[in-house]
Amino acid sequence: MCGIVGLFLKDPKLEGELGAMLASMLCVMTDRGPDSAGFAVYGSGAKEKVKLSLRAAASYDFEALASGLSLPAAGLPGLAVRGTHAIVEIPAAREAAVRAFLKERHPEVAIVGTGERMEIFKEVGLPASVAQTFGLSGMRGTHGIGHTRMATESAVTTAGAHPFSTGADQCLVHNGSLSNHNALRRALKREGIAIETDNDSEVAAGYLTWRMRQGASLGQALEAGLNDLDGFFTFVVGTENGFGVLRDPIACKPAVMAETDQYVAFGSEYRALVDLPGIAKARVFEPEPATVYFWERAQ
Amino acid sequence: MNAISPDITFDLAGTSLRELNAALHAATGESNARRWRVLNPNGRHAVAVGINAPLTVEIEGHVGYYCAGMNAEASVIIHGNAGVGLAENMMSGFVHVRGDASQAAGATGHGGLLVIDGNASARCGISMKGIDIVVKGSVGHMSAFMGQSGSLIVLGDAGEALGDSLYEAKLFVRGSVKSLGADCIEKELRDEHKALLAEKLKAAGLEGTVDVAEFKRYGSARQLYNFHVDNASAY
Repeated sequence: MCGIVGLFLKDPKLEGELGAMLASMLCVMTDRGPDSAGFAVYGSGAKEKVKLSLRAAASYDFEALASGLSLPAAGLPGLAVRGTHAIVEIPAAREAAVRAFLKERHPEVAIVGTGERMEIFKEVGLPASVAQTFGLSGMRGTHGIGHTRMATESAVTTAGAHPFSTGADQCLVHNGSLSNHNALRRALKREGIAIETDNDSEVAAGYLTWRMRQGASLGQALEAGLNDLDGFFTFVVGTENGFGVLRDPIACKPAVMAETDQYVAFGSEYRALVDLPGIAKARVFEPEPATVYFWERAQ
Repeated sequence: MNAISPDITFDLAGTSLRELNAALHAATGESNARRWRVLNPNGRHAVAVGINAPLTVEIEGHVGYYCAGMNAEASVIIHGNAGVGLAENMMSGFVHVRGDASQAAGATGHGGLLVIDGNASARCGISMKGIDIVVKGSVGHMSAFMGQSGSLIVLGDAGEALGDSLYEAKLFVRGSVKSLGADCIEKELRDEHKALLAEKLKAAGLEGTVDVAEFKRYGSARQLYNFHVDNASAY
């Protein structure tokens, strides 16, 4: 079944509340997906820097890892440890070298996302405990997406939890199941898109990354997905400055949106939106099947 | 907020949905408690399902799935939007949503009247069996799929595959129809149909506001009732 949520703020005054709002939305969706939960938050970032969202076993010594990173003339990387995850901020120019170092020397650490502003956290367990473990309610940012998973196409593992990120500052959550993900996965791998799991949703993320890498805007990539992705889906996607929603033409998977002057919010069900400020006066609507919705903030 | 002065108010912010539905099931309509108000539904599922008495229930806000399902005799008015399966399998009575309805509104309904002020999403009236549905806005794709009896009246537009595999339900659309489903065809709007339309629109509170001559009528071509090998590709 799965539950998905998303929140895109128009009013900067709400940015301090983003995590708290997203946490409340996510927890309401527990009975749509109690297997695992995850979220991505777009917070602050610095030009010429990149954040790596890393995941490792419980009690992993991320400080030792960070101090072992070789960053000539840049000092130690920025490090924020939250539960089984850590956000490591490094000079963008060093990203390839750091990735190679991690792959060779620390195969026990997974990179779950990268970007100037995006941070991703995901874990098995109930959404409330996942949100609490990572301190979601204290996070600030401009937009974010979240997911509560009821596993269907692949196993209940942390790697199978959403969001999936296959490009810098790009992430996707999915409710549904794709029927052509194996063929697409092979095609995307040939195009150089790294896909780590057997999960169908990661293929959708990879597809959008591939389209945007070819020069498509988020809106164009979503539009193209209507032709190339087969199956049932409601997607909510994030980019560095954008937020998009897409449903397949049959639209079996539920979706409700609310828009006010202050935000755009997405929930699998209206229940997820009820605690948002001003919701009683929001324009509440169901996104149309096979119709691309996206919002972007000024750069 | 609406104008009724309720005999009983349930605030779901502090009372469980189970208590509300149990109280509605216990009500006979013969006591003084005929007018009910429900506050803070907050998108909960299965609000006011299974009522079997001539009560009036006004719900102040948006509801989740299956609101007013299996309704018999009651009037349920929703001052907000409704989720999937609104008034599913309604037997009789009246359900009125003041906002939009999600997918499969009025599905399998046997009787009564469902009025949707806004738009209804996909598969509105799927497998309808006698219910009358009036949608002031538009309906989504595959509406009245396998409809067997009753009427679907749409003041706006209809999405793809309207009336797919239709039996005897009567479909009236004032706006455009994106496409007709298998075995659904446009039919002549005769005086008897105009009279039927006028009667249903009056029941929906729209008397005199809509010209019945503006509608087009759609129904079953009756080619797919029984399997015939020449029609195999049309099923």
